Amino acid sequence: MQAARKYTAMGGGEPILRVEDLHLSFRGIQAVAGVGFDLAPGEILGIIGPNGAGKTSVLNCINGFYRPQRGRILFRGRDITPLPPHARAALGIGRTFQNIALYPGMTVLDNIMTGRAVRMSAGVLACAVYAGPARREHVAHRAVVEEIIDFLEIEAVRHHPVADLPYGIQKKVELGRALALDPQVLILDEPMAGMSLDEKVDIARYLLELKEVRGLPIVLIEHDMGVVMDLCDRVMVMDYGRVIAAGRPADVQRHPDVIRAYLGEAS
Amino acid sequence: MSAARVVERPQPPAVEFPLDPAADTFPKLLRRNAGRFGDRTAFREKDRGIWRTISWRAYHDNARAFGLGLRALGFCRGDVLALIGDNRPELFFAALGAQSVGGITYGLYQDSLADQLAQLLAFADARYVFCEDQEQTDKLLAVDAQLPGIERIIVEDWRGMWRYRHPKLISFAEVQERGRQLHARQPDLFDREVDAGRADDVAIFCQTSGTTALPKLAMLTYRNLIAQGMNFHAVEPHIRESDEFVSYLPFAWIGEQMISTTLHQLVGFTVNFPEEPETAQRDFREIAPHFTFAPARIYEGLHTAIAVRMLDAGWLRRRIYDWALALGVRAVQLRSRGQPVPGWMRALRVPVRWLVYRPLLDKIGFSRMRVAWNGGSPLGPDYFAFFHALGVNLKQIYGQTEIAGISCVHRDGQVRFWTMGSPIAHTEVRVTPEGEIVSRSPSVFVGYYKNPEATARALRDGWLYSGDYGTLDPSGDVIMFDRMADVITLADGSRVSPWVIEAMLKFTPYIQEAMVVCGPDGATLSAIVTIEMRSVGKWAEDRGIAYTSYADLSQKPQVLDLLEGIVRDVNARLRPEWRVRRFVSLYKEFHPDDDELTRTRKLRRRFIAERYRDLIAALGEGRPAFDATLLVRYEDGTTRQVATTLQIREVRDAP
Repeated sequence: MQAARKYTAMGGGEPILRVEDLHLSFRGIQAVAGVGFDLAPGEILGIIGPNGAGKTSVLNCINGFYRPQRGRILFRGRDITPLPPHARAALGIGRTFQNIALYPGMTVLDNIMTGRAVRMSAGVLACAVYAGPARREHVAHRAVVEEIIDFLEIEAVRHHPVADLPYGIQKKVELGRALALDPQVLILDEPMAGMSLDEKVDIARYLLELKEVRGLPIVLIEHDMGVVMDLCDRVMVMDYGRVIAAGRPADVQRHPDVIRAYLGEAS
Repeated sequence: MSAARVVERPQPPAVEFPLDPAADTFPKLLRRNAGRFGDRTAFREKDRGIWRTISWRAYHDNARAFGLGLRALGFCRGDVLALIGDNRPELFFAALGAQSVGGITYGLYQDSLADQLAQLLAFADARYVFCEDQEQTDKLLAVDAQLPGIERIIVEDWRGMWRYRHPKLISFAEVQERGRQLHARQPDLFDREVDAGRADDVAIFCQTSGTTALPKLAMLTYRNLIAQGMNFHAVEPHIRESDEFVSYLPFAWIGEQMISTTLHQLVGFTVNFPEEPETAQRDFREIAPHFTFAPARIYEGLHTAIAVRMLDAGWLRRRIYDWALALGVRAVQLRSRGQPVPGWMRALRVPVRWLVYRPLLDKIGFSRMRVAWNGGSPLGPDYFAFFHALGVNLKQIYGQTEIAGISCVHRDGQVRFWTMGSPIAHTEVRVTPEGEIVSRSPSVFVGYYKNPEATARALRDGWLYSGDYGTLDPSGDVIMFDRMADVITLADGSRVSPWVIEAMLKFTPYIQEAMVVCGPDGATLSAIVTIEMRSVGKWAEDRGIAYTSYADLSQKPQVLDLLEGIVRDVNARLRPEWRVRRFVSLYKEFHPDDDELTRTRKLRRRFIAERYRDLIAALGEGRPAFDATLLVRYEDGTTRQVATTLQIREVRDAP
């Protein structure tokens, strides 16, 4: 509880997402030990830290892949800790993965369309017949997906199977699929890893637009310090499953614990 | 200052061409079409993956909203609206809107660098600029200090610009909104503005391709342009309302103006806009237009694309393709010599057409193509033979920006691959004793903006001096050899057209561009060639040749062997004094950003000759290698030094 209060969002107001005192261990290995933070509307929070610091484990707890032994996750004030992942997705928690997790044989369009699955209501039978409401629904979903394709500027590869596409484009498609969910909060695990500078600039532009124009809050893990410092409103630094510092990027950079975690003990 | 004062006709029109006063400007034609065609489709644009239609009425209403919006911002008759962007309906709404309120439109190439834009906009005295998106806006804002004359920058797509607060910026939607408000207050204002337009008002500034020097802005009146459209339509009457056309070439190019504005307004077919430049090829194929007008590089590119795809195909398919193509070329050659095509050949071509040619043409979107025009610069006879063998009615168009685009075109069934066709209606073409092609028609422009010297050189006694060296074929067709200034005179006094040799070299899929130069002895011809990365890269991969970059690949001994073989093959088809004796494979492609090509991808020979002077001297002397250092400029404006050794190869005739 203390952790949560300590890292209250700067913007004030009701947080979209609140993580309280999260503890997660695997057979005695403490992956996450007492992590907590708030995410305000329209805020980009960066999580940084050395490999194995527990960053991805925190994200996995948020979207429900892992069940923490202790702590709570509140989404718009509601405790979602007991909910399974698909129920959390339906609530509007969109996520991308460190290693691309697309359907390689399917086209860009179909991959993004799968992101709409939680929003589809027509049954299997109705879809098979493809008439009436099912058809109307499909058209409406397709329109949403096309907006996303336009937003990410991937019109040219709309009908390409994703397996044939360069890595940077696949990352964009994954972001597209997360957006297809109509997310209330976006959780991105290294969205720019392995990208060229141009591609990073593109992704940064999309994220800023999502934040500025749609007010979408974003939690992201990123190793490129330049990106984190430029893009994020707040940064949280983790090491050995704990939060060692949090605050504005410039302050965090000067924090002695952060310097120690990254550069080693000076003594 | 308003631009109108400088736009004065230097001499009376040479040829009268009366127009119906109710339809003698584009805005009047648009109003007529909105009434006549109403809800019929004028434009179709692919947006969010779906083809969306825009009716003639919507075209008119949108142009009206934009034009009146400009008025509300203080736009005066005779003001210049510069347009920078991909072809989209909004670009045409803006152009017709500005013309409706008496403006002159000036299209700029989207890939121009910021400094070039600043120079051109300042020279044109543009007061308003239409920008498609953030990319173009950023370029303008970067040079804003050099452009005090610009009143407003109108941005169509505001995406990514949520923090922009520059006082000159205004969105396209906002301009239209102001126009709608003005229309509500003064419903008859727009019609009065349209009625005030005259046939002899300057409608557009058109940047000439400028292979010779700095770009010149040709001033063309409505009468010039509309006469052009009518006289061209008179010899191509099959273009009709139900046709489809895909507009994807730069709006700044006279050829695109000619079709997508003039002919579109006169005939009323449907103009289709691709979703993005990257999807143009796919969208082109989806529409499968009935006619197309493109510069030579497009056809060269299509030929290369097909050739590269066939290199990738399996053995059997490749054999069938080679055989079917050879059959087609043979038939085309016989016909072009006026010899009868044997019955068996004609009979064989029927199944071949359905099994080979048509599937192939479908892949490039040519399945419904009634006519494909090549313009801008001539296309080599080999390309003509190739497309005609496949059954494409490819025709050459000849003309200059200064004559509103077109003065000659091939007639159906009389496509002679080495000619430029014959003059269109109301057009005279002659050749001066010095061999320069001159022409006269109601479409001859009124002059270059603020450049009376250049105007006086180009316009003499109503004749347009083209600067092209040519002759007339006995059939009456015009033959163009080359630019007057580019023709090489050998020491023995005979003349060589470098273009003819270059076109033959470029026909292989492995060579992208070639420039032929003559050595100091006045007899030895050499060539600078640039390889085509796609096909040579594939060729190298097939042979297990490892390479890192274009520069590396271009100097591989095996690649040089390949090029040497090509040059030798070309030489075998040339007279001995026309043969290329030495060549060098350049470490980079020629590029417009390096000023080596025009924006329409023509070689700027004078510039290349200057830039590669030392290399050309080394070719002339017959040195075995040349150490080159050169500054390469990237599209973002950064530069880098490149140092490399170029091998110079001697080419001996095949034994």
